Amino acid sequence: MNESAPANVKHVKESTVTMDAGEMRCDASSSPEPDASCVVRAPIGLLAELTHRCPLQCPYCSNPLDLEKVNVELNTEQWQSVMRQAAQLGILQIHLSGGEPTARRDLEEIVKTAAENGLYTNLITAAVLLKRERLEALKAAGLDHVQISIQDVDTAAENADRIGGYKGGSAKKKEVAGWVRELGMPLTINAPIHRHNVHNVEAIIDYAVELGAGRVEIAHVQYYAWALKNRASLMPTREAFMAAARIVERKREELKGVLVIDSVVPDYYAKFPKPCMGGWAKSIINVTPSGRVLPCHAAESITHLQFDNVKDRPLADIWLNGSAFNMYRGTSWMKEPCRTCPRREIDYGGCRCQAFALTGDAANTDPACSLSPLHDEWAKVADVESHVSSPAFVYRRPGGASPKPAVEKTPQPSDA
Amino acid sequence: MNETAPRQRTVITADSKPAMPPYIKMRHDAGRNRWIILAPERLFDPDPIAVEVLKLCDGARTVGAITDQLAIDYNAPREDIEADIIAMLQDLADKGVVKA
Repeated sequence: MNESAPANVKHVKESTVTMDAGEMRCDASSSPEPDASCVVRAPIGLLAELTHRCPLQCPYCSNPLDLEKVNVELNTEQWQSVMRQAAQLGILQIHLSGGEPTARRDLEEIVKTAAENGLYTNLITAAVLLKRERLEALKAAGLDHVQISIQDVDTAAENADRIGGYKGGSAKKKEVAGWVRELGMPLTINAPIHRHNVHNVEAIIDYAVELGAGRVEIAHVQYYAWALKNRASLMPTREAFMAAARIVERKREELKGVLVIDSVVPDYYAKFPKPCMGGWAKSIINVTPSGRVLPCHAAESITHLQFDNVKDRPLADIWLNGSAFNMYRGTSWMKEPCRTCPRREIDYGGCRCQAFALTGDAANTDPACSLSPLHDEWAKVADVESHVSSPAFVYRRPGGASPKPAVEKTPQPSDA
Repeated sequence: MNETAPRQRTVITADSKPAMPPYIKMRHDAGRNRWIILAPERLFDPDPIAVEVLKLCDGARTVGAITDQLAIDYNAPREDIEADIIAMLQDLADKGVVKA
């Protein structure tokens, strides 16, 4: 015990799963030639998109516009192999996501294998398909934590169900949240925030407390994939965002020790770009329903990258040697102004997918950064779009992103 | 505003009997040669002092008893370490890692 330490000395450092990584063991790799310098660290978390099927149709879904179909999904044994390989690679947490992961009948078997291999299992669910017996079975299989998404508070159920495109969803989610707590499992409420619910942030936080959550994510929508498609419908005004940010600060104090409030800021209104995935290929692996292994869930939007599949190559080999992982790992790929920027190992030049989408070169500075030559033009988009009337949602559904051929760029007048 | 009993912040005192709930998992991470605490979508990185304190948090021992034990084990002055232990456990209680 350090006697000279001040009383507020921190004995326990905290990190989200995207922020930290330990040293990689060379022998964890099954590749024939592991990197002798061993500079690559073991990933901390694995996002398993078990399926792209989902009963909800949220217009901000982070899945790609081209949703993978059920007939290409990995089978049970293949997912179980991913879990075993993840544990060997040093991964600590598994995020079982989708689409809607409970749409898979074999979820219990996948959870069981993950738990048996010492992985901490988080279920990221819309909850509407869950029955109480299934939740009990998942708990018995070793599920550690349940995160339920909501679209708005229960007293605004009609709005919530409109956003998710699923009638009765709000009430069903409330019921499932109650079962999670009755079974003694920890509950997180994830609330994607945008123009259609940003006015309700305080009520959403209070609702999370009422539901018994230990944690709430006030997750301002990130504008990729479906959300980018729907940006003009979803972007809140700067004023509305700032008001919500002040509420989050106040509620954090008020609810200290009762509810942990995590907040994700929309980068259109942030001072600096966000460190994409805590750094490309630094701590997170994403596996798609068909087994493609990505450094981030949006990486397929960078069209020149080539992705390996867990059906063809061991996970550790892909992590260490896969071309998509090594392309933007670390800082050596950077150009100016990133290359000499003092923040280059803080934000890693922002998001590669956004840089690619807006500049055509994923190695350019993310326009979210004020040092990008495109920054001013980019930031103005949010201001303009947030002040015009909201176009109808393009709902997330197979084929929904391009309902009519040959219509580009113009906002769709309806979601049909 | 809701009808259920309001949830309250856990305040750690010398009489508290802290414990980690079953869904908070402290284990040794052999690959990285360190102790880690796994929590819902969170990792905690406890230093050796925190590990020794948390190993004693079994829901039966009081913070006072834990302090007594560590004062003996480490031959440290009790009054110096009690405030440190309470501050650490309060911080962890606020993050949902410790209940009492």
